[in-house]
Amino acid sequence: MAQEKVKASDRLVAIGGSAGSLEVLLCLLPALGQINFAILIVVHRKVSNDPILRDLLASRTKLTVKEIEEKEVPVPGTIYLVPGDYHVLLEQDKSFTLDYSEKVNYSRPSIDVVFESAANVYADKLVCILLSGANADGTEGLRHVKLHGGSTIAQLPSASDVPYMPEQAILGKVVDRIMNIEEIIDFVKNF
Amino acid sequence: MEISINDEQLKALLSDVLDIYGYDFSDYSHASIVRRVNRLISLDKFPSFAEFHFRLRTDAQYLERFVEEITVNVTEMFRDPSFYTALRETVIPEIASKPFIRIWHAGCATGEEVYSMAIMLHEAGLLHKSLLYATDINPSVVEQTRRGIFSLAHMREYSENYIASGGKHDFSSYYSAKYDRVIFNDMLREKIICSTHNLVSDRSFNEFQLILCRNVLIYFDKYLQDRVLKLFDASLERLGFMALGSKETMKFSDVHPSYHQLGKEKIWRKKK
Repeated sequence: MAQEKVKASDRLVAIGGSAGSLEVLLCLLPALGQINFAILIVVHRKVSNDPILRDLLASRTKLTVKEIEEKEVPVPGTIYLVPGDYHVLLEQDKSFTLDYSEKVNYSRPSIDVVFESAANVYADKLVCILLSGANADGTEGLRHVKLHGGSTIAQLPSASDVPYMPEQAILGKVVDRIMNIEEIIDFVKNF
Repeated sequence: MEISINDEQLKALLSDVLDIYGYDFSDYSHASIVRRVNRLISLDKFPSFAEFHFRLRTDAQYLERFVEEITVNVTEMFRDPSFYTALRETVIPEIASKPFIRIWHAGCATGEEVYSMAIMLHEAGLLHKSLLYATDINPSVVEQTRRGIFSLAHMREYSENYIASGGKHDFSSYYSAKYDRVIFNDMLREKIICSTHNLVSDRSFNEFQLILCRNVLIYFDKYLQDRVLKLFDASLERLGFMALGSKETMKFSDVHPSYHQLGKEKIWRKKK
């Protein structure tokens, strides 16, 4: 089969968010210059096949922003968006597998599923950031990330639009660092 | 502590499933199958991988459950309404003139898409001369498809999808409800032929004007995806149509040059 060999990014920043997280992404993206790692964004959203979120995020950065395509390998300097209504898993060769199985935490995509799978593959070359949201999704994923040596960050609940989601992770004792938006931006820029 | 199997354990497990039962999962996406196996071990409360492995090797009944849980059977009626609009407006008129219409739903899961298609054929006045072949690797979902019984709780959403796809009738006229279940009308069910079929090991069994296989290829590796697309190609008439899931593509397959895509939906037409 015809396909070029691309070298997968050896480091990954995965960001999970729900209600109130879009604003954080819209602050973060313009602040990023060139990056030599890949970013994976998973947000809860209703509609599948909806390019609006991608277009909105792409308008705020010079980096490439794209919805994940099946079996694609994440390359440095690109921001990948998990498509609506699918889970995303990572294979050992780092390529993405889409999955249409049962919802997890009433969500598809589920942040737990993405974080867990990324941890299995990226281990200590992974940082996962959990943003604002009204759901407990993400906490189990972060636990798995820590177990595999990755770093975990939660948005400061008092600075989050909807504090519940980062709060759950903090209460679950799975968070290495708690940060406000400016600190998150600094951290990602210097990752 | 949750059990999480490693690569060697997975290999041993899949090799036994192939040797003992003849099911070959070795070209399935590893990430997905590992997750499903971990989930099953946890659902069925096995204390260790070894005990799970032993049960699977020694209990043929448990193999059925394994196949059912390892494969994903999530589906909906009229999922992605714009896809169904394209079938209704572009594909169905093209196959309407055939004396006899044969459609294959490969990997049909519990059959929601097959019934959606039967409804559209009925509305186009074509159901009487159509046969819908619904196949899946998993015998229990094939049986569910045959029965045509679904949960009443989903019907409101399905009805909305149906309307969004261009449906103009009363969706509830296609089924009768009893307690929390509905059964679809005989008129639809008698045009659906249900059978197990394994895309990995079974061959082509007929020629079709339309093959639908949505959200199945995502669980296969590139090699198996290509093989299955060749199987579909061999089972499709000239100028026939092939429909895949919204995130799937034929683009990287060897058969791609003999097809062109219709608009932005994941529907391809075989060139002459």
